[in-house]
Amino acid sequence: MKVTHTWLAEFVPGLLEHRVGGDADALGDVMSALGLCCEEVVRVGEGLDGIIVAEVLGLSPHPDADRIQLVQVATESGAEPLQICCGAFNMSVGDKVPLATLGTTMPDGMEIARRKMRGEWSNGMLCSSRELGIGEDHAGIFILDSSLVPGTPITDALGIVADAVFDLDLTPNRPDGLSVIGVARDIAGKLSLPFELPAIELAEAGEPAGSLATVAIGDPEFCGRFTARVLSGITIGTSPTWMQQRLTQCGMRPINSVVDVSNYVMLEYGQPNHTYDLGKVAGRHLGVRRARHGEQIVTLDGQTRPLDERDGVIVDGTDEAIGIAGVMGGQSTEISETTDSVLLELAWWDPSSISFTSKRLGLRSEASSRYEKGVDPEVGSRAALRVAELLVAQGATLHPGAVVAEGNLPAPSIVTVRTARVNALLGSSLSTEDIRGYLGSIGFECAPTDDSDITTVSIPSWRPDSTAEIDVVEEVARLHGYELLGKTVPKSSKGGGLSQRQSDIRTLRRFLADAGASEAMPMSFLAPGDLEACGVRADGVVVANPLVAEESVLRTSLLPGLVKTLGYNAAHRLTSISLFEVGHCFAQGPDGGLPLEWEEVAVVLGGRDARDAVELAHRVLALLSIEGATVRNRSVGGLHPGRSAVICVGDIEVGVVGEIDPSVTERYGVSERVGYLSMVLGGDEAWHGEAGVLSIPRSGDVFRPISRMPSSDIDLALVTDDSVGADEMAATLRHAGGDLVTSVELFDVYRGRGVTEGRRSLAFRLRVQAADRTLTDVELGSLRESLIGAAASAHGAELRS
Amino acid sequence: MTDPDPLSTTAQILADGLVMIAATESADALRSVDSELLGKTAPLSQLKASMRDVAPELRKVLGQALNDARSAVESAIAERTIQFEAAARREQLAAEQLDLSEMVIDRRIGHHHLITQTRERLEDAFVGLGFTVAEGPEVETDWYNFEALNMPAGHPARSMWDTLYLEAGDPETILLRTHTSPVQIRTMMREEPPIYVVAPGRSFRSDTADATHLPVFHQIEGLVIDKGITFADLAGTIEAFVKVLYGDDRTTRLRPSYFPFTEPSAEFDMTTATGEWVELGGCGMVNPNVLVACGLDPEEWSGFAFGFGIERMAMQRHGLDDIREFVTNDIRFLSQF
Repeated sequence: MKVTHTWLAEFVPGLLEHRVGGDADALGDVMSALGLCCEEVVRVGEGLDGIIVAEVLGLSPHPDADRIQLVQVATESGAEPLQICCGAFNMSVGDKVPLATLGTTMPDGMEIARRKMRGEWSNGMLCSSRELGIGEDHAGIFILDSSLVPGTPITDALGIVADAVFDLDLTPNRPDGLSVIGVARDIAGKLSLPFELPAIELAEAGEPAGSLATVAIGDPEFCGRFTARVLSGITIGTSPTWMQQRLTQCGMRPINSVVDVSNYVMLEYGQPNHTYDLGKVAGRHLGVRRARHGEQIVTLDGQTRPLDERDGVIVDGTDEAIGIAGVMGGQSTEISETTDSVLLELAWWDPSSISFTSKRLGLRSEASSRYEKGVDPEVGSRAALRVAELLVAQGATLHPGAVVAEGNLPAPSIVTVRTARVNALLGSSLSTEDIRGYLGSIGFECAPTDDSDITTVSIPSWRPDSTAEIDVVEEVARLHGYELLGKTVPKSSKGGGLSQRQSDIRTLRRFLADAGASEAMPMSFLAPGDLEACGVRADGVVVANPLVAEESVLRTSLLPGLVKTLGYNAAHRLTSISLFEVGHCFAQGPDGGLPLEWEEVAVVLGGRDARDAVELAHRVLALLSIEGATVRNRSVGGLHPGRSAVICVGDIEVGVVGEIDPSVTERYGVSERVGYLSMVLGGDEAWHGEAGVLSIPRSGDVFRPISRMPSSDIDLALVTDDSVGADEMAATLRHAGGDLVTSVELFDVYRGRGVTEGRRSLAFRLRVQAADRTLTDVELGSLRESLIGAAASAHGAELRS
Repeated sequence: MTDPDPLSTTAQILADGLVMIAATESADALRSVDSELLGKTAPLSQLKASMRDVAPELRKVLGQALNDARSAVESAIAERTIQFEAAARREQLAAEQLDLSEMVIDRRIGHHHLITQTRERLEDAFVGLGFTVAEGPEVETDWYNFEALNMPAGHPARSMWDTLYLEAGDPETILLRTHTSPVQIRTMMREEPPIYVVAPGRSFRSDTADATHLPVFHQIEGLVIDKGITFADLAGTIEAFVKVLYGDDRTTRLRPSYFPFTEPSAEFDMTTATGEWVELGGCGMVNPNVLVACGLDPEEWSGFAFGFGIERMAMQRHGLDDIREFVTNDIRFLSQF
């Protein structure tokens, strides 16, 4: 929303003379402090010194250029003609045109100097309305009123005043801010200046409106009020320059004298309005109803639009839809050059209905964006008078009386405000009088009650956002000024800190970085087919309204994102890099309902293989004090089928480890081996993942006594089939050794001479120690025998001879 | 045969022995000299064995002389041994010499993503102010993301967030959270006040990626619920954490704004090192409707909430001008910080 300084001043007498209000930049700050965020202040109508009215004396072709003509102009009556080279051809001899004389600096900074254009001198520049900063037209030179005297400064000739345009970024709760008077009211309140709507006194003539047109509301919930007035003697022309100027400054394109008035009043009062060619309205009747299934309408922009039963329409006397209420008028009753009488419509529409229709049609107009936020239901008759005033000024006649139909308007809000509550929330010490003063200054009427702490506040009709005490508290804060409320720091009676899980994740991140992996954060989205191509879980959740297909599936694993990242880097000749990520993954939920979600950590080791990944896995497990984890060989989707395993703690799978399937890495442009490790983090909450490395029981933090007794080592070289996992064998030995075995380390693997093909020897060193005694040779011997026996019975292992 | 002058013989043996020791050139040679001089058949040992034949008046003197000679030989051997060991160590060290500048090494260390670094810095600042850290799921229901935040179905303010919905459940009921505010709701529903939490995390919007927008980004939000919490507490807390993060010379201000879940609402700005104002985020007093939705009595409890983008803060701090750097994950970017 844009408003101008002089326009605001029409409703705030004394604004331009006020110390703050007269300074556009300072006033912009005041607006921001009121919550009407002023993003920019632009000066307009300045820099026009040196531009004067000139008369065209003669036109002749440029001898050497088709697109330029030579124009002879007079800068004052009877003066020597000046030659100007001009690229426009829309003027005739005798026209009055704006001339930027030599030495002028144009509003855009261009300096006008005497120069030759293809061999002909040009002694200035003729201007379009856009070059003057007062209009959009740049097709031709701005032709001025023929009665103007050459030599007159253009500012005097056109009544251009220096002004400032404020560009406001309004929040959706302030529909009143979408009008000049709404902004003016807030400013007046803040600066303690009066806010006044100028009196409008109009002569009415002709037949009463009531006998020329009728209105009716068929759906009172949709249409709260419908006001119509009739004007005749309309001539369609261009609107006055000052009006075009303001419309342009506020971002609207001047169209014609009637449409411009309609738009001008919408900007000024925030009340959209529509003009019908009365002669084209069948039965001279306007009605309101919801559209019927299958009904359609041709709107002002020439498009045929199918209607929905929830859309509101304006109908004529034959019940034919002639406009989409609050969104866009219809073509059949549009005013034209031949229009003589107009029927002016101003209404209050149910905001959510307008919002629905405007969204459904993808049609957001200046009108709909106001209606959907809530137009002041009481401003209609006043705005109608203002439209009439501006049309009468152009020669139209206002017919006596308004034709009004009433529907159901929202009930005005009455709110009880407690002074103690205001101060308790704001940390202020305002008196009841202070509060009433602030509220009264912006039209919130305050009535005292028996309790001096309590005020009954009538919420004005233009503030539909305000319905409860807290809304009024906000008004008080706004007008008092946020900068005047203090700054204190509250203290929690509980202590701050990270949870165990949060510090564990930090430890994990730190460890992985120290291990050489950098943290990547790819987006959570993948392209269709990525999951399948990566061989990971394929039941990804699909985004219903993705912006691009490449970002339409939620990841079920961190693997695809990390492999793509390696691919991106490889494309830039950055290889053999290690990356890790901690992030959320998702999969389809049971019965298509709420998706599953869990948190994972994953590492890719570029240029390294499965063994590096397994070593890292064990170190991560040790970091997190997880004991008894085993690596079980198993084919895992997305990983090399012969180099993949699951990581188990007891029977719970907490992760996978191995090497990424070369067909996956190749597909994403990675040509080296990539070691891979991923672990579900797990935790208390559903989205942590059911079971993971952070949720399974740790080895505990209770002191375990350290045995001072001598320890011994038992070395066992056990020959087993290749299919028996070394970790499984280690687990068997650990289990068989019971409390006496303090550690089991695999220290050698042997295949070859002396060992049958398909089998290999695994050499383990077990450290054994009792807590309370030195183990005898006899005890050690029998422990060794029982270990060998356990390995034999569980895995068919035999001692290597 | 008896030595006529065993004392002279002893002195001679000692003198000859010391010469032999000094003349050895290796530890091995020293070992054979050792047994030659001190072994069972060595002259000193034999003299000792023949003591019984010596005249009693001479026996005591000779015994003393023999002992002295023996310890003199022993200490000479020990000293010579140390010399050989030292020489051997010198030789070994010389042989082990390395050029420590000629190593072929991998100098790379891993780095935390700039978002994590910024997030942890923020978390630490708030932990210092007495806050805990709360997290929540990224897939949410409409209720947690909108309705509980004072935006019932059809509320016009919902259009402030371009929401990504999921093909799950009924249409437009399950979504990717558009802010971390649902974590506030979950916290209020799970815990009794007083609540002092910050909720950092990933958020999602239907935004086309450009220099200042990403469809996936990170936010941190704060929530305080306690007895007697005021708007001044909000302004003071914001100022406090800005000073912790940026230094005491920075200041902050609040400007009126609008969010459905807070009232009064504000945008907050901070000053840069050179004194200009930059916008940081949004904040306000928790709207009573939100407290009620979470089962808290607004007459008993009040509170404030604030939130801002982690990417934007990281960009300001490190001078980045394109937010897309954060998701490209170029290793040259990742390892720069």
